[in-house]
Amino acid sequence: MSDQGQARSADEAMLAEIGVGSFDELIAQVPPRLRLAKPLALPAPLAESELRRLYGDLSRKNYDPARTPSFLGGGVYDHVIPAAIEALTWRSEFYTAYTPYQPEVAQGTLAAIFEFQTMICELTGMDVANASMYDGASAAAEALLLARSVNHGGRALLAPGVSPRVRGVIATHLEGAGVALEILPEEGGRIDIAALPHALRAGPPACALLVQQPNFFGLLEPLDRLPEAVAAAAGERPHLVVSADPLSLGILAPPGRWGADTVVGDLQPLGIPAQFGGPTGGYFATRAAHVRRLPGRLVAEARDAAGRRGFTLTLQTREQHIRREKATSNICTNSGLLALRATIYLALLGPGGIREVARQCYARAHHARAGLTALPGVRASHAGPFFREFAIDLGQPAEALVAGIHARHGILAGIPLGRFYPGRTNELLVAVTEKRTREDIQALTAAVAEGLALPRGAREKGNPSHAEP
Amino acid sequence: MPNPDRPTPAPPAEAAACSLQGAVEVIFERSVPGEPGYRFARLDVPEAPPEGELPAALLREQPPLLPEVSELEVMRHYTALSSLNHHVEKSLYPLGSCTMKYNPKINEELARGPAWALLHPDAPESSIQGILELLWRFERDLATIVGMDAVSLHPAAGAQGELLGMKLFRAYHREKGNAKRTVLIPDSAHGTNPASVVLSGFTPREIRSGKDGRIDLAALDSAIDAGTAGIMVTNPNTLGLFEKDIEEIAARIHAVDGLVYMDGANLNALVGLALPGAMGVDAVHINLHKTFSTPHGGGGPGAGPVGVKAALAPYLPLPRVVREGEGYRLLQHDSRSLGRLHPYVGNVGVILRAYAYIRSLGPEGLRAVSRAAVIHANYLMRQVEGAFPVAKREACMHEFVSSAAWTRAHGVRNIDVAKRLLDYGFHAPTVSFPLIVPDALMIEPTETETRRSLDRFAAALMAIAREVRETPEVVQGAPGCTRVGRLDEAEAARRLQVRWTPPGAPGAGDPRG
Repeated sequence: MSDQGQARSADEAMLAEIGVGSFDELIAQVPPRLRLAKPLALPAPLAESELRRLYGDLSRKNYDPARTPSFLGGGVYDHVIPAAIEALTWRSEFYTAYTPYQPEVAQGTLAAIFEFQTMICELTGMDVANASMYDGASAAAEALLLARSVNHGGRALLAPGVSPRVRGVIATHLEGAGVALEILPEEGGRIDIAALPHALRAGPPACALLVQQPNFFGLLEPLDRLPEAVAAAAGERPHLVVSADPLSLGILAPPGRWGADTVVGDLQPLGIPAQFGGPTGGYFATRAAHVRRLPGRLVAEARDAAGRRGFTLTLQTREQHIRREKATSNICTNSGLLALRATIYLALLGPGGIREVARQCYARAHHARAGLTALPGVRASHAGPFFREFAIDLGQPAEALVAGIHARHGILAGIPLGRFYPGRTNELLVAVTEKRTREDIQALTAAVAEGLALPRGAREKGNPSHAEP
Repeated sequence: MPNPDRPTPAPPAEAAACSLQGAVEVIFERSVPGEPGYRFARLDVPEAPPEGELPAALLREQPPLLPEVSELEVMRHYTALSSLNHHVEKSLYPLGSCTMKYNPKINEELARGPAWALLHPDAPESSIQGILELLWRFERDLATIVGMDAVSLHPAAGAQGELLGMKLFRAYHREKGNAKRTVLIPDSAHGTNPASVVLSGFTPREIRSGKDGRIDLAALDSAIDAGTAGIMVTNPNTLGLFEKDIEEIAARIHAVDGLVYMDGANLNALVGLALPGAMGVDAVHINLHKTFSTPHGGGGPGAGPVGVKAALAPYLPLPRVVREGEGYRLLQHDSRSLGRLHPYVGNVGVILRAYAYIRSLGPEGLRAVSRAAVIHANYLMRQVEGAFPVAKREACMHEFVSSAAWTRAHGVRNIDVAKRLLDYGFHAPTVSFPLIVPDALMIEPTETETRRSLDRFAAALMAIAREVRETPEVVQGAPGCTRVGRLDEAEAARRLQVRWTPPGAPGAGDPRG
């Protein structure tokens, strides 16, 4: 008898022991007219070998990420994923475990979250970080909701460089929350610091100010000049939320230093695969004063009766399973396994490694931009400082160019900005991680040159090996 | 030889033996300054020191306090931590409403490989036809399973599905010019329901359950008024009972142009047996990490796609996959859509596993899942009800709720019983929920358990019931053989040590620059 057959006969025996004559009798509470008379119209079952073939056939209709140099970013980046992360996160003890509501049999998960919270505090300069959010976008939305709960003011001000995707997620969350979203004036792709005091004064008080660092265009916002500009506006100080790429914090000052009240972001750069945009995991960190308004789970150190140290979920009265309609958020399931990946990533890298990877991204991105903007007709979209990503103006539609480059050269050249900004169809957003080699960058530059149908001489000029001094 | 039909749980090991292993360590405590970390490829482009170009104020002055450990130390540390976890592959996880079923390995294998895991969502559509096709097919299969017209893959979890459901209600009522404020929620509902309603901008109104543990139609009638935006129903409800009157409930809500949302946390009881869409439900979320076997990951990630009737479909979030001729593309703009919920199209990594699960089972296999889940729950209920009476004496669906109220007379609480189960090698059931059952133990065994494991679990509960009468102090002090004993949560909340600090360093609350 097959395994399935045996299980089935065990089920029949159990039915008999329950004391019912049939399964239909067992589910008598389901009105007969609601019971399905025939099987669902779904495809027939597949064995493992058939499933592998199905997934193999489908994946051949995708590009092969392992063989495709990618300059795509925009919120999801192609960083190195150390082998040890895969080995550890695929231990059943971690990935098949439940939420650690029974701490005595979840110390592994809880201790790792405690480490995660510590590392996020260290990177951001905040006092307390929660156990994770779904993604950076929903974390930003929750941060604005926290701001609304601590501050007066029916406006939330968003820096112009906040990702349009994040902005969209925020708008959906804040619909009906009595908070109007306003985009601050832009100067060179960044927040216009000079105009900020006026924007703060003009109109009702703002409960929050959200800045993304680096911003959607890869530019570094002048966070250091924010405190002064906000102070110049007088009036009630908005809750400053910084959405920071955690990898960039390997070299950038923790936002806490520049007065951030809450720091959020997406964990994806920290050892998490792109997965077509999800799940990526988010983090949420804030000042100690707001700990009781924190959304989601929080782990604290604890002791048992024998004085042994352990870890447990804490302040659960903030959460929906205890507080119901008075909870700080509705979040329950979060991104535990992705927070674990980020924790292992940061443990493997240490302080030197996180600095090294950030510096490599910086160097490679700057090398790439120098080469690309040396091509005739190509110029940088912005003059401001950038980290790992930058926008260039190609002088012709970017969408057709990237499709052509992918088709002819197997390179993913970047994200056409026209997808988000109708007036910017000639611009391309290019991300360069530590994985992109000199050859990759050379190949991209040559492909862009060819795509722009430049004469051969101009292509040579655009080759970074020639463009460097 | 122990008889597998009448298993006698081994007496718990001595607690003292466990404590020899010392405290649970954190990675920072293994740190050795100067230990080389992960090695990246050499920089093969010219150095570009950020110090040269960036304003000094933007740069970090002090390195973050991260551990300095070798790869082997990392492996040892997290392997050691992992051994402290209960998990599905260790033993039964009887968590009511959480559906802790086995996560088949093939699903993991398929989703983890670089061919799928490393796909970027902004690649040209011509280069991602395979993933778009898979998402499109998955949407259709889910719609078939719940009997709905359209599905959004956006929600990252059940609670986000609930939020989407409420936002869809708002969009519907706004477009129709309805002045709607309240959403009705039975008192047996999951805590996420009222929290999601508040987050969406509606006001929750609780309705009392009837004596049979189901929605009381009279209570429903007195709660419905012209301002009723809709109702959130969990079906089967958290007592494991099917809401027999669901069609009538839906009809009464629809009579005031309200809408019916179904919390699909308990869908494992219904797949292939009944369609939420046929019950009058207008929107339902589907927890892929419950019903469709994707792993819980120690708290996430999950995915909570939402199925809707045609009337709500125009408001679904964007982007979404649409079919055009032989190809697929992402629809980015539609004026009636409520906008974006997920930054991309949803938790695709989770979806890849759930799609494999659905395809591996097929229609008969999925029906067999729910059938077995219901049989197992009823079988287990019969085994344990002698020791822990069941809240409602009738057949259950995929889960049931027992009460440990009688143990109070012996100075023992339901949480003590739950903790004692840990000593027997099982996870605890969901305790003290639903709120309408005193000292609840909410138990869901799932279809992937064998009869033997159900028997062993029941035997453990019987043994604990005996202990409550004979040696209550053992149960009160449980667990005794886990790495740490019961933790003082009140003290932890008072001290609130939520990050590691080096010995001798100033405590938390000291932001570093």
